[in-house]
Amino acid sequence: MTALVELKNVAKSFKASDGTPRSVLENVDFTLKEGEIVALLGQSGSGKSTLLRIMAGLIPADGGDVRYRGQPLFGPAAGIAMVFQSFALFPWLTVQKNVELGLEARGVPAAEREKLAEAAIELIGLAGFEGALPRELSGGMRQRVGLARALVTEPAVLLMDEAFSALDVLTGERLRNEILELWSSGEMPTKAMLVVSHNIEEAVMMADRVLIFSSNPGRVRSELPINLPRPRDPDSIEVRNLIDEVYSLMTASPHAVHGTAEPVRPHVNDRLPEADVNSMESLLELLLSDFEGHADLPKIADESELTDEELLPLSDALHRLGLAKLEHGDLVITGLGQRYVEGEHEFRRLIFGQQLLANVPLIAHIRHSLEQEQSGQIKEEPFIELLGESMDRVEAERVLKVAIEWARHGEVFEYNFNTGLIHLPEPDEI
Amino acid sequence: MKDKRFFPRQVVEASGNRWDWVMLPIVLAFFTLVALAASQMARPFHLGEALPISLEPAVLPYYLLRTTLRMFIALGASLVFACVFAALAAKVKALEKVLVPLLDILQSIPILGFQAIAVAPFIALFPGNLLGVECAAIFAIFTSQAWNMAFSLYQSLRTVPQELKEASKVFQLSGWQTFWRLELPFAMPGLLWNMMMSMSGGWFFVVASEAISVANQDIKLPGMGSYIATAIEARDMHAIGYAILAMLIGIVAYDQLFFRPLIAWADKFRFEESGGENAPSSWMLTWLLRTQLLQRIGDMPNTWLERSFGWFRREYDGTSIRARAKPANPLWSRAWDALLMAGLLYAAVRLISFVHAEVGWGEAAHVVGLGFLTLARVLILIVVASLIWVPVGVWLGMNPRWSNKVQALAQFLAAFPANLMFPLAVLAIVYFKLNPDIWLSPLIVLGTQWYLLFNVIAGASTIPQELRFAAQNLGLSGWLKWRRYILPAIFPSFVTGAITASGGSWNASIVAEYVQWGDTTLQAHGLGSYIKQMTDAGDFPRLALGIGVMCIFVMAMNHLLWRRLYRLAESRMHF
Repeated sequence: MTALVELKNVAKSFKASDGTPRSVLENVDFTLKEGEIVALLGQSGSGKSTLLRIMAGLIPADGGDVRYRGQPLFGPAAGIAMVFQSFALFPWLTVQKNVELGLEARGVPAAEREKLAEAAIELIGLAGFEGALPRELSGGMRQRVGLARALVTEPAVLLMDEAFSALDVLTGERLRNEILELWSSGEMPTKAMLVVSHNIEEAVMMADRVLIFSSNPGRVRSELPINLPRPRDPDSIEVRNLIDEVYSLMTASPHAVHGTAEPVRPHVNDRLPEADVNSMESLLELLLSDFEGHADLPKIADESELTDEELLPLSDALHRLGLAKLEHGDLVITGLGQRYVEGEHEFRRLIFGQQLLANVPLIAHIRHSLEQEQSGQIKEEPFIELLGESMDRVEAERVLKVAIEWARHGEVFEYNFNTGLIHLPEPDEI
Repeated sequence: MKDKRFFPRQVVEASGNRWDWVMLPIVLAFFTLVALAASQMARPFHLGEALPISLEPAVLPYYLLRTTLRMFIALGASLVFACVFAALAAKVKALEKVLVPLLDILQSIPILGFQAIAVAPFIALFPGNLLGVECAAIFAIFTSQAWNMAFSLYQSLRTVPQELKEASKVFQLSGWQTFWRLELPFAMPGLLWNMMMSMSGGWFFVVASEAISVANQDIKLPGMGSYIATAIEARDMHAIGYAILAMLIGIVAYDQLFFRPLIAWADKFRFEESGGENAPSSWMLTWLLRTQLLQRIGDMPNTWLERSFGWFRREYDGTSIRARAKPANPLWSRAWDALLMAGLLYAAVRLISFVHAEVGWGEAAHVVGLGFLTLARVLILIVVASLIWVPVGVWLGMNPRWSNKVQALAQFLAAFPANLMFPLAVLAIVYFKLNPDIWLSPLIVLGTQWYLLFNVIAGASTIPQELRFAAQNLGLSGWLKWRRYILPAIFPSFVTGAITASGGSWNASIVAEYVQWGDTTLQAHGLGSYIKQMTDAGDFPRLALGIGVMCIFVMAMNHLLWRRLYRLAESRMHF
């Protein structure tokens, strides 16, 4: 098997708005070989899209070596095509013209262009829609155009950036299966595919290898080969087990993987997961009512119709607050969590507040600082700066926003949008 | 007879359908008229020669044609300028630093200023020919049209969606191909809207642009502007009436024959991917699309464009050593910054020594004082116009039955040169013996208030239905209803309208603070009348001073007031 794309020790950092560099990728080694489909999985912000763009030649790597067919890569290569999450079709061009785009750029004569484009449109099942504008098509059909546009240039490598996540579940599955059929039948000129996804089932169904990325900075945390023959049955035991395994790999704390037994201690600068309180409560209620308090994450994903991108932060948040526990890809409700679900509104609030102060150091720190103040209020700015010591400003603002939302719910402190002041709750409200 | 082999090629291939025959007279007439007007533009002319302007209504169509042609040539030049400017400013970082502030300054210079500088060189360019004067007039119109188009295009180029940019890179589009396939189409709706605004702006200064004075000589180019100027000198009310009528016809004609088809055609460049319910339509475009022969001719630019893609394509891909990003030498950018700073310092030193030597600081202070007078006028009148038009606009905007019709009317009124109404004001002020310092002021917003009205209508008509129901349900009324619900809801569009209105008002002050009717001259104290006086007197240093001060006032107002309000609107008040 020859290597098509090779990454060695690749690193990338972006300049945050305050000028400090923020590392998104570190020490990434990866080889995409001929004849394989590789899936990249990771939570949002883990740098998997950045890695894809480095391979596409859209952004340069800061360090390390990027090669395509043995040649160093300085920009987009003719043999690498991409399918985009939001399709990236040119809305003013017809389907035909959109598909011809890459050929036109290369100076292929009009007659030949037309013939090739028609063949690609036919292959992807869009015959008859050549003259339509993208806005007349449904999401699934638009992504077919995106695919035809990529395939018509006969790329050796096809990169898919969350190509199915903007589609509804059924449409996404159908398109995915058709691509796999084309791949198996050999009608595709493509020799290797890289799929970036946050959908675990999708990754397991498609890939020969799954790479799991850890966040901040992004690096390959673990790799899972999948040797099942295609087409794969999503309900088969093997696939189910694999999905389970991926879930537990993704929810495991990075330290556990590296073999150190010491539990991670919460810290003021923790990046709080993007989880809103209502969804957390709903998830907890669902866990108790439908699964007797103990369930596989994939099963919860099915039942709750949450995407993996939503479910994982919620589970993480529940875990942090001690309302549930994450163990080997399972979510288990704790005794406190059970009482929380059964409790009344006021009781829930009380527990939530207690757990925040005990388990989320950032919130405890803010509360403590407020209590030191005569006026009971502080500008949000110092806390953003505090967080900014270990993350960039956008992330710091996001984390503080999550903390404020949680704290409001637990009546630990409040925040006034118009003045930008964080303050203690009014006494009569407690 | 089926066998066409024995016929000459022209007969066999001369296709076309009845729509071609319908459109043929229109097209032929169009080309004849343009050729006629163009040939008159380049006839021999010597300084000192008189160009008689007739007040006969019969010559109006011809004058209208000449003026319209000038405006369209200027519009074409503005379009080219906008493309070059926007491409350079958006692509080259080093140039962006210079070009964007430069445009800011150019935008705030009143067009009379450009004319004063440009007339002599243009006449020198074509000795013994009218073309030089024509070029000066076209240049003056160009300066009233180009800036906002350039700015809109630049803004659009900077906001092209990231994924589309990435797609064009992945699929190996060259810079040339990207511009025509992605960037220009994306910018098209904004650009078209600004072209229409520019056309309206051009009309306002049509009088100023066609009556050119050089070397103590008044040259009046044949056109609507000169006609109006002559009518004002002769105190001919009928002629003014005819001019208004002719202008109405002209505006309706180019709207129907040019802008409507263009807007209907450009609907496909809308970026929202969902299909719109009320796509704009144009009978002209429908007719043109039914023709065969004309269509084929119309397709030719497109064919050339596609052929050019073959010539200007990317010659290497990302695996070539040529694609390697050359590390930017920080020394160059620092040297560039230093050069800019030096230039700026030099300009400042020159300016100070110029004011010191030529006009004196007393005069400069006086002019700044006049600037504050005009500033007060502009601000007060915008407030007054807002007090009148905001309630009206909100009421209209919430009654969809009215909003569409009135909005079109308001746009038309904005396009209509308000200076045609000035003689009426002069007569009234003289008759009632009013104070010109106060009563000339309303003329400043006469033409620009409509921007306020139609922006407020647009804002009010987009208030979500649910919010209206909620306000009704809560029983909001009186001042509370305005403060908590209506004013915040229309604030962003109000700010947009007020920015446009205030920019236009400054420019209008030059015309509005110094009004003539025959030999009656009314004058208000202010920066506008100062500039106008100095232009008439040909006092170049004082003119430059006046223009410089106005420029500073406009830019200060943009930065200190409008931009802040705009940011407030963007961050706080939107749905």
